[in-house]
Amino acid sequence: MAENTEHAAETTGELEVAPGPHLASRALTTRRMMLDVLIALLPATAVAIWVFQWYAAAQIAVCVASCVATEWLLMTLWWRKGVTVKDCSAVVTGLILAFSIPAACPWWVSVIASFVAIALGKVVFGGVGMNIFNPAMVGRAFVMVSFAGFLAAGGYVARTAGVVGEVGNVTQTVPWLFTRHIPDAMSQATPMTAAFKAGKGFDLMALFLGNTNGSMGETSALACLIGGLYLCLRRTAAWQIPLGAIVGLGVLAGIDNLVNPAAEWTALHHLLGGAFLLGAFFIVTDPVSSPLTPWGRFLYGVLFGVLVMLVRLLTNYPEGVMFSVLLVNAIAPLLNRWTIPRPVGGPVPVRVKK
Amino acid sequence: MSAMTDTLPGSGTFARGVHPPERKGLSGPKAIEVLPTPKQVAIPLLQHTGAPCEPAVKPRDAVALGQVIGTSQAFISAPVHASVAGVAQMGSVATLPNGRHVKTVPIKAEGEQLEGEALLADVFGGDWPTQGLHTHEPKAIAQAVRDAGIVGLGGAAFPTSVKFARNEAKPVDVLLVNGCECEPYLTADYRLMMEYPAPIVTGALLAAHAAGAKRVVIAIEDNKRDAAEKVRAAAGGTHVEVAVLHTKYPMGGERQTILAALKREVPTGGLPLDVGVVVINVGTAAAVARAVLRGKPLTHRVVSVTGAGVREPKNLLVPVGVSYGELIDFCGGLTDDAARIVAGGPMMGFTLADLSTPVTKGTSGVTVLTRDDVRRAEQTNCVRCGRCVDVCPLRLVPTKMAMAAKFRDWELAKRYHLQACCECGCCGYACPASIPLVQLIRLGKAQIPKE
Repeated sequence: MAENTEHAAETTGELEVAPGPHLASRALTTRRMMLDVLIALLPATAVAIWVFQWYAAAQIAVCVASCVATEWLLMTLWWRKGVTVKDCSAVVTGLILAFSIPAACPWWVSVIASFVAIALGKVVFGGVGMNIFNPAMVGRAFVMVSFAGFLAAGGYVARTAGVVGEVGNVTQTVPWLFTRHIPDAMSQATPMTAAFKAGKGFDLMALFLGNTNGSMGETSALACLIGGLYLCLRRTAAWQIPLGAIVGLGVLAGIDNLVNPAAEWTALHHLLGGAFLLGAFFIVTDPVSSPLTPWGRFLYGVLFGVLVMLVRLLTNYPEGVMFSVLLVNAIAPLLNRWTIPRPVGGPVPVRVKK
Repeated sequence: MSAMTDTLPGSGTFARGVHPPERKGLSGPKAIEVLPTPKQVAIPLLQHTGAPCEPAVKPRDAVALGQVIGTSQAFISAPVHASVAGVAQMGSVATLPNGRHVKTVPIKAEGEQLEGEALLADVFGGDWPTQGLHTHEPKAIAQAVRDAGIVGLGGAAFPTSVKFARNEAKPVDVLLVNGCECEPYLTADYRLMMEYPAPIVTGALLAAHAAGAKRVVIAIEDNKRDAAEKVRAAAGGTHVEVAVLHTKYPMGGERQTILAALKREVPTGGLPLDVGVVVINVGTAAAVARAVLRGKPLTHRVVSVTGAGVREPKNLLVPVGVSYGELIDFCGGLTDDAARIVAGGPMMGFTLADLSTPVTKGTSGVTVLTRDDVRRAEQTNCVRCGRCVDVCPLRLVPTKMAMAAKFRDWELAKRYHLQACCECGCCGYACPASIPLVQLIRLGKAQIPKE
């Protein structure tokens, strides 16, 4: 028997001993999931560049570059794992962040937002997969509080060539490259402030296609739907979350419609306007900060939709996606715990010692 | 697509699960060949779930093919028999693929051997009646099965006679014969159904009679429709039903088979018996027929030697106790890029560290995987994508169970039903972060304090 063994072993090098399963699905890796998000954001990127032109390109470049640089620097210094930039998650954070802020936002605000997003949103927790809150929203929340003017309603409007974000008597000029032309969209107020808070309607087709002012990625409902459906079909985003969000927002918006039948801003405006669809498909679906169980995901989505509507209807803010994302992120672990599924065959019986 | 017969309540499938590449084409078309009698076999005294056997022969005793060489009085056990004629050697110890160290009785082959076509004819050939089997007493069938050392040939190797013991409180109404063979690569059951469906049908009828089951159902996945046709033809004129189930891993797990075919949910921690079902593998059924009608013990079994890492994949009829190395040599040896030799299929099989390891009654195949087959993405942190939850056939939350086990948080582990896991490997297969979920869960199941 021994000679046979030697013979068989002769034909090869070393044999591995490893636990099963010995096959792995190649369909999905962490990196592939991140690339999926980038692919899904392509339509929204195209619309952003169409509507905001150079402003969009510059904003995306600044946010993505600073997020990646921060990730590499801090992961190397802190966790000695600088290689994690390879998973592309910092690129996703940068893009989402760029999409959630005004095109006219000064570059240094974007850099600060990116740094906070990665440093306080992700690295302090231990890097990819360990964070509790959505990093992009952490970054945005930080600059929204710190530099309110640039992210409030006024921050979206460029009044005269070369001047954006007039806050008090501080004016922020844009780099010379962009001073020649201000895209039309940027000279108007966002639909959420212009029409919704004033109780007026808005052209639904404009909200759908996206030729309006707003945060860069939110303007086109169509682009968000195309990318969002791709993400759900690839199952990189859990379909239960956007479904729940649409149900949650739709029901509250429908009730609002019934209470104020004369309002020109209808439930459909609520659905297509603002950052809701961007949030429902791309931000709140961030797997790291959302629940794992099917029902947990659905409830999480519903809660998100309801919170967005509550902020829109009951507060002075025209939009509530950021706050809602951060609030539901905090509840995700609890939702996991509340919705542990019943195993097939029922729970493990507790054996009583005789 | 309705793959089921109209008469069965199941939908033909179960929820979740995965679809790994099937790769049955490597060894699927190869007819069962007989391995030439090896010079020596090492027969483990524990090849089954239950109590180990004590040796019944002494070193230098001459033993005949089929002679008992190890027995046990325990209820949950099965005797072992000589798989070649020859001389017993000094007892030794082998490490089985699952890591258990067991005593073995080596037998050096001497004298005339039953081999080649004669062996094949002896094991599967001849007439297999399907009528008049009621003349066999249920108790006598169970005893014959026990004496023949028959255990589940699907892999778990649970002593079959125990399943036939009647329990007044839990009557059995269905005997389910499992021909799903859902593990990728493996084709041992498929070849058996293709070439020798008759003993399977006869064995199924005998087993049903022993267990007191009115219905007999043979379940086969729909990637083996040709085998299903052969079995259906062999079952003509009997009340045996053939259920063609959806091809999905782990359809062959008995919980999934029962759910898909019969729409019954085996309780966690319970047995198929709890829902009135006894499940045996198709190979086990053929062994039962041979034991009851011909009084022959389980000494040989069909093993697939397959995978891209072996030069000529084959299906072999081999004696229990032959080394894995000899099977691989008979199939042309390993290729240069062979990386892992897996006892069993690639989803639930164990890697071999030593090619002198003996084949046991529960060995359904040996799969040799190449470097390319086993390559997977670098491990990252869990990104909580929930893919493991989406594929778990038992509706568990594998990532939480694995993390609870890793950090030894037994309260959390219990809350997530750690012990309900069947270790099928769907979660580990699907995980985009390449986390060894099954390994962590297994570790947790072994370490969790018992009540």
